[in-house]
Amino acid sequence: MTDLERHDYDVVVIGAGGAGLRAAIEAHEQGARTAVVCKSLLGKAHTVMAEGGIAAAMGNVYKEDGWKVHFRDTMRGGKMLNHWRMAQLHAQEAPDRVRELEDWGALFDRTPDGLISQRDFGGHRFARLAHVGDRTGLELIRTLQQQTVALGIDVYMECTVTKLLTAADGSISGAFGYFRESGRFLALQAPSVVLATGGIGKSYKVTSNSWEYTGDGHSLALAAGATLVNMEFVQFHPTGMVWPPSVRGILVTESVRGDGGVLKNSSGNRFMFDYIPDYFRKETAETEEEADRWYTDKTNNRRPPELLPRDEVARAINSEVKAGRGSPHGGVFLDIASRRDADYIRKRLPSMYHQFKELAEVDITAEAMEVGPTCHYVMGGVEVDPETAAAAVPGLYAAGEVAGGMHGSNRLGGNSLSDLLVFGRRAGTAAAAHAATTSAAALPEAALQEAEAAALAPFQRGGGENPYTIHAELQETMNELVGIIRTESEVSQALKQIEELKVRAKALTVQGERRYNPGWHLALDLPNMLRVSEAIARAALERQESRGGHTRDDFPGPSDEWAKINVICTQDGDGIALSRKPLPVMPPELAEIFEESA
Amino acid sequence: MSYEANLRVWRGDAAGGGLQDFTVTVNEGEVVLDILHRLQATQTPDLAVRWNCKAGKCGSCSAEINGRPRLLCLTRMGTFTEDEVITVTPLRAFPVMRDLVTDVSFNYEKAAQIPAFSPRPREADGSHRMQQIDVERPQEFRKCIECFLCQDVCHVVRDHEDNKKSFAGPRFLMRIAELDMHPLDQLDRKDVAQEEHGLGMCNITKCCSEVCPEGIKITDNALIPMKERVVDRKYVPSTWLGRTIGRRKG
Ligand SMILES: Cc1cc2nc3c(=O)[nH]c(=O)nc-3n(C[C@H](O)[C@H](O)[C@H](O)COP(=O)(O)OP(=O)(O)OC[C@H]3O[C@@H](n4cnc5c(N)ncnc54)[C@H](O)[C@@H]3O)c2cc1C
Ligand code: SF4
Ligand code: SF4
Ligand code: FES
Repeated sequence: MTDLERHDYDVVVIGAGGAGLRAAIEAHEQGARTAVVCKSLLGKAHTVMAEGGIAAAMGNVYKEDGWKVHFRDTMRGGKMLNHWRMAQLHAQEAPDRVRELEDWGALFDRTPDGLISQRDFGGHRFARLAHVGDRTGLELIRTLQQQTVALGIDVYMECTVTKLLTAADGSISGAFGYFRESGRFLALQAPSVVLATGGIGKSYKVTSNSWEYTGDGHSLALAAGATLVNMEFVQFHPTGMVWPPSVRGILVTESVRGDGGVLKNSSGNRFMFDYIPDYFRKETAETEEEADRWYTDKTNNRRPPELLPRDEVARAINSEVKAGRGSPHGGVFLDIASRRDADYIRKRLPSMYHQFKELAEVDITAEAMEVGPTCHYVMGGVEVDPETAAAAVPGLYAAGEVAGGMHGSNRLGGNSLSDLLVFGRRAGTAAAAHAATTSAAALPEAALQEAEAAALAPFQRGGGENPYTIHAELQETMNELVGIIRTESEVSQALKQIEELKVRAKALTVQGERRYNPGWHLALDLPNMLRVSEAIARAALERQESRGGHTRDDFPGPSDEWAKINVICTQDGDGIALSRKPLPVMPPELAEIFEESA
Repeated sequence: MSYEANLRVWRGDAAGGGLQDFTVTVNEGEVVLDILHRLQATQTPDLAVRWNCKAGKCGSCSAEINGRPRLLCLTRMGTFTEDEVITVTPLRAFPVMRDLVTDVSFNYEKAAQIPAFSPRPREADGSHRMQQIDVERPQEFRKCIECFLCQDVCHVVRDHEDNKKSFAGPRFLMRIAELDMHPLDQLDRKDVAQEEHGLGMCNITKCCSEVCPEGIKITDNALIPMKERVVDRKYVPSTWLGRTIGRRKG
């Protein structure tokens, strides 16, 4: 293979979002020769789009806050399906991970006494999110990017990994991919590979996610023999834009509600008061007056129902719209204009102000926004060991959105950015340690040739469909049949359609040449999207209960039996096989935290 | 509400290329990037264009629309008349890779040449205390989404290929100013700005500020104050001393 570029590293990190960069920095600092590979330019990964903040119980605003409260909120938000140990490590380590960003140049908004300010978000007992206006993700990724550059870590930009390479004993030996610019191939030999590839949202039609979110890491992990956990849990963020159609799905940050915005239906009612589930009744305000007082006095008042966890709010909006009480374009109203003055809104939510002005010609300081649910985040992901982020395949690690377990059935806002930092660092440490004691097996030449042939196949076939058509149909299928509310018959229907799409995808044709050809790139992303969509649909069919980001119309409530079960996906030939595994049991000293507050 | 728009898109690569005409359907509320995506899905599957967020947050989709540097995802079709021909071309200050995608590695090289942030130690309790008012100035510059539109429009970069060696461009001169104003940073950044990154070549035309999609006042708030600090320091003998010994902030 003459146009194959080869390099040799200790640790290869796939992904340059928060998780990938944090992992790379750590691996480098542990002395590992480290490289980062990413599909876009450096600094453009999804993390850049995060708005609201990083959850960490630093106690800068509320002294009463601490890791136990954060841990409790996270577990309850995830309806107790989280891996308890991940949630614990996350809550304990997040404050340090945020503080060290300041050593690398991050500039968070401040409290009056000069510490990092913290804001309110759904499901968090106290104001806990470190933030910079509503562009926290930009601050996070730029800080990590600048640190990565300062350390001199090698970055392969605009380069997509299409295959993980494994040795005869099944352990990792490297990764294979192509440069988007030239279409040439790349093989990286390394005993440790960290997956930090983010999520899967591009399989859905209405999503806040970018073209990168094609579930590559989930799919690469399956193909290498690793397992995925609880893929049925997909988060639909309650507030995406709904109008105009071309921006449908683009996120409206939860900070709008954290900073005083409320949800109203077409008759002007704050309908969330009608949707408070028993599970959260004790901690939720009963009247609008109490809810409004909470913004300034959290000790004596309970939180507004608009700040319930995302799954609750998204389902409520869905019901209002279905009942005919929606806004003109099929959403509901999110109103901050009538509740806060224009200066405050522009200062606290500058990028939302900008976004609505530019994209919808709406002035959010003067009128309500129209919003509705959008596919936002996948809680399910690669099954990992909490301490080391190690996947089931020796030498493979996963951190960030691509990893599963941490968020249970539903993620709280702000808990992703902290997750990236906590488990990115842990993955970096473990990957470096593994590399220090293992040398990479020689790259399997046959597998390299196979990977190259597979990548080039769409050019060689004539007469097939174009990848855009198949992609659009998959998005429609997932949106309509495996969306926010699910039933057995619809999910089964989706699986049938996915099977058909799989066949069609194998025959698709790509026009043009290899250099920077988006049609080709999509053709190579499609098998990943199909595989991950199948995993989501199969797991959704399996779990016969409603919990967090998985709502089954035919099994409306949570079930005690399913509360103890993780659904595991593995690859089986061309399809997905399922198994059930008991949920790890929390030790008594942690279980007590829930009894105290119950 | 839909109509057929006339689009003229530059297609080609480093070896050459030209403008091609297309007729594409436009629906209400769409932006130029939507129209290019429709072109990909229906007429030119291999049309190269960068994008990620589609919401003006990542700075990937930079190009020139009717000759002006713009973000494709923030340029609404509604800003043009229905019969207007809309011309989309790649950023002209950087070498073309293919179609609308340019090689922006110049910017990544400049970023790597700027001396890294070097903070003072943490306080005894492990925190860094900074007042909101002191972080706000550098925070304005950290809004930068690295779209490089300012780099594209600056005549120092655009008109003289040779200048690229000695001139970092507005984005990275602003980065130096940001570090200089950072409450925790300890390095003296004036020499670097002036002598290695060509601050003196900027003649404050403000074209960079005009195209910045984040509305950052690059010239007024970063470049001019930085120039003033360079000049001030040159004439104050006491900072001479400090500079020679410790290279502390002047
Ligand atoms: C609009 C929006 C707002 C959000 N706001 C918040 C918030 O306020 N707080 C919060 O906690 N969370 C928020 N989230 C969620 C959070 O931003 C993401 O979950 C998180 O950034 C994911 O980070 P990551 O490091 O796992 O992956 P990403 O940042 O998505 O990075 C993935 C990386 O993997 C690379 N990659 C993928 N596949 C391949 C491949 N095959 N080969 C090579 N590279 C590959 C990509 O190029 C990219 O560099 C938000 C999400 C969105 C969409
Ligand atoms: S103000 Fe300076 S940096 Fe900005 S465009 Fe003009 S010359 Fe270039
Ligand atoms: S300063 Fe403005 S124009 Fe320049 S790169 Fe940053 S965001 Fe773009
Ligand atoms: S696509 Fe992100 S700025 Fe345009």
